[in-house]
Amino acid sequence: MNRPFGMLAELTYKCPLHCPYCSNPLNLSDYHEELTTAEWQRVLIEARELGVLQLHLSGGEPLQRRDLVELVGDARDLGLYTNLITSAIGLSPRLAQELKDAGLDHVQISIQADEPALSDRIAGTRSYERKIAAYRLVKELGWPLTMNVVLHRHNLDRIGRILDLAEELEADRIELANTQYYGWAWRNRAALLPSRAQLDRAEEIVRAARRRLEGKMEIIYVIPDYYSKYPKPCMGGWGRQQLTVTPNGDVLPCPAAHTLNLPRATVREHSLAWIWEESPLFRRFRGTEWMPEPCRSCNRREVDFGGCRCQAFQLTGDAARTDPVCYLSPDHGIVEEAVQAANEGAESGEEDLVPRTYTARQT
Amino acid sequence: MSTGILSTNRPHLARQVRLEWDPVRERQVLLAPEGVLVLNQTGADILGLCDGERTVADIVEELRGQYNRVDSDEVHDFLARLVAKRWVELGDE
Repeated sequence: MNRPFGMLAELTYKCPLHCPYCSNPLNLSDYHEELTTAEWQRVLIEARELGVLQLHLSGGEPLQRRDLVELVGDARDLGLYTNLITSAIGLSPRLAQELKDAGLDHVQISIQADEPALSDRIAGTRSYERKIAAYRLVKELGWPLTMNVVLHRHNLDRIGRILDLAEELEADRIELANTQYYGWAWRNRAALLPSRAQLDRAEEIVRAARRRLEGKMEIIYVIPDYYSKYPKPCMGGWGRQQLTVTPNGDVLPCPAAHTLNLPRATVREHSLAWIWEESPLFRRFRGTEWMPEPCRSCNRREVDFGGCRCQAFQLTGDAARTDPVCYLSPDHGIVEEAVQAANEGAESGEEDLVPRTYTARQT
Repeated sequence: MSTGILSTNRPHLARQVRLEWDPVRERQVLLAPEGVLVLNQTGADILGLCDGERTVADIVEELRGQYNRVDSDEVHDFLARLVAKRWVELGDE
């Protein structure tokens, strides 16, 4: 059995932003009983013993956890490479210095657009100026810096200027990832999914930027999978390389897998090793045995692993079907319809986006 | 084959990466932002010598003290792949 390389630690789902493509669960009331510092410390030790080398500290907004500095220090002592994925809201110079001293390796800061007013509108709160200050702070402290941008219909045409901003801020990497349609983004899909013409223009700009910035800035660009011929190899295969731990200790093969009707696995009841190796949740879609046709006999079955289980469930109601993104899937028409609507339907405006709200009161 | 690596370059690990021993896999691993490279013994030996002082020629020479057969092109190619990822940087010639 493969051992996991990376663990996404979703420390809390509390977040100051209201992004309309939020990937956190819709129902947050299940996650109020967050793991304690001691519980996370045990999880980190077990993760290292299981083979995890990279720790992605995320949320929600991980800076809202008061023990973040302590957890970073513990992770570094275990030899983990520590990566903070943040909105940067709350990253004061003092906290940044404390994280640096604790050994934090790498910082990824989101931004919603290159233009302040649009970025603030998408984030649902005034945040652009603070983010820019945080990018500068991260560089001043000598960290490698990644700019994270979720792309969609309302900022994709600005991709050139977004790249210019990343260059100006001396980002080492930029992740330009088109929205994936789960959770809140699913609710907003019609208003978020870009047109083919937008994607073609963006791709050309990215190609030119890659040539211009080679050796200076790494550019990761992810197209919306609705427009690909083959599905994405989600998480590098179910229970194969990565795992996610949610704020309340649930362990998932992929951050969206809480949507699937599968038995829970939690660090409050089992060791991480048992969950990875033995739990029905992690065994359910591991390998190729579970696959239906056309995946089962396909020579790409160990390239894309049948695509994304959560997407199959989202679109067909059955997580064990081929990801409908695949052009060979019998359900591919569902995806074609959505793509057709994005290209021929009435032009959807930014005002159609429903901002992320937090219905359950957060403590 | 030209890799852009000169024998006179003095390679060193980029600030953003770390070389660690992984007791679970019993291998040296190179840890980078969003990337892990599990190294074989030769790769680990090469990177262990990338201290910004030794030239690529020095590194090949030292490896020849440890291995029967060291292909200089392979060392250049290995370093070139990591330079392209910006995990290794080339110091002055």
